[in-house]
Amino acid sequence: MNKTAKMVIVLTVITALSGAILSTWDGVTKPKIEYHKLQALKAAISDVLPPYDNYEEKDINGYKVYIGKIDGSTQPVGIAFKVEGSGFQGNISIMVGVDPSFTSITGIKVLEQIETPGLGTKIVEDPSNKSNIFWFPEQFTDVVIEPEIVVLKNKIPQKPNEVQAISGATISSKAVVRILNDNIQNLKESYKSVN
Amino acid sequence: MAKKSISLSKEFLKGLWDENPVLRMLLGLCPTLAVTNSAINGLAMGLATTFVLLSSSVIISLLRKVIPHQVRIAGYIVIIATFVTVADRYMAAFLPEISKALGPYVPLIVVNCVILGRQEAFASKNGVGRSIIDALGMGSGFILVLLVLGSIRELFGSATIFNLQILGDWFNPWMIMILPPGAFLTLGLLIGLGNWLNERKVKI
Repeated sequence: MNKTAKMVIVLTVITALSGAILSTWDGVTKPKIEYHKLQALKAAISDVLPPYDNYEEKDINGYKVYIGKIDGSTQPVGIAFKVEGSGFQGNISIMVGVDPSFTSITGIKVLEQIETPGLGTKIVEDPSNKSNIFWFPEQFTDVVIEPEIVVLKNKIPQKPNEVQAISGATISSKAVVRILNDNIQNLKESYKSVN
Repeated sequence: MAKKSISLSKEFLKGLWDENPVLRMLLGLCPTLAVTNSAINGLAMGLATTFVLLSSSVIISLLRKVIPHQVRIAGYIVIIATFVTVADRYMAAFLPEISKALGPYVPLIVVNCVILGRQEAFASKNGVGRSIIDALGMGSGFILVLLVLGSIRELFGSATIFNLQILGDWFNPWMIMILPPGAFLTLGLLIGLGNWLNERKVKI
């Protein structure tokens, strides 16, 4: 009985101390972690939108939408939102910016992905292309959304709604385009009905 | 106690070579294989693991007479997990880039068998001083292997070490080196090299 009591007491004390240490440490680190998250969010928004002074946050149809505005103007410069979908190996999440009329993309930035290193990761950057390692994401700037974005394999895009696939990473390229097409169309209707 | 006669410097050095956790004991292979696609990731993982190993060794060797034998594993795991969470939060708050690159492998230090292994085999049977030396030795051995493995893989997989260009543009990076097969191949060769050196040392 004495032994059992000792076991219970020792484990209880250890876990209680552990809890105390962790809650104190959480208090120290939480503001920093939140700050980094906010900085990363702001950086992503300013990467995909034209220059703006501030942004307004809205919840529309399950999307967190960031509307970029210039001081003194009521017309927004663009709308940024985070979209997600499955890629070749796992989830891809992208921050995308569109113009206020939802006709073309102002920029995209891949936030998270676990595509194949050296192939699918070219959706973020492509070190093998010395002239511009960001050629794939930058293709989406000014691409027209209507009726939908089209991926071309081994062909130079001619029309304003076409982008070129990464050779060796067709599935990842198509996944990015599919995620954009599905989500932009989804949000478009609900955004227009709100505004 | 014959074991106590080992000098402190030997206690430290055994972790670097004779009982190296990765090359000789083949412990902690999951993080070793998973995060060593670059030198900085290997170093950060090595340092985080050493911090956890050192802190839990100190606490557990202090408490070695207090914790009842029957619940020791539960107690050790709570202590280890506490330090792992401290390290994980620290990295997320102060080293966000590295924390993002290491992903779930920092919380997974909890189940790294190097740590629980040292508590069970050493810290629970020895005094604080000796446990600190043991943890530092084992930690340094772990850091060393992860750093070497990460550097080799980064050199051949990205032509860089610590993001510094080492090989010129003529070199076409071997993509396989930063993928999982590269981890297995390099680790296998390192272990083979270690065994070969060890045999030669015995013969001499």
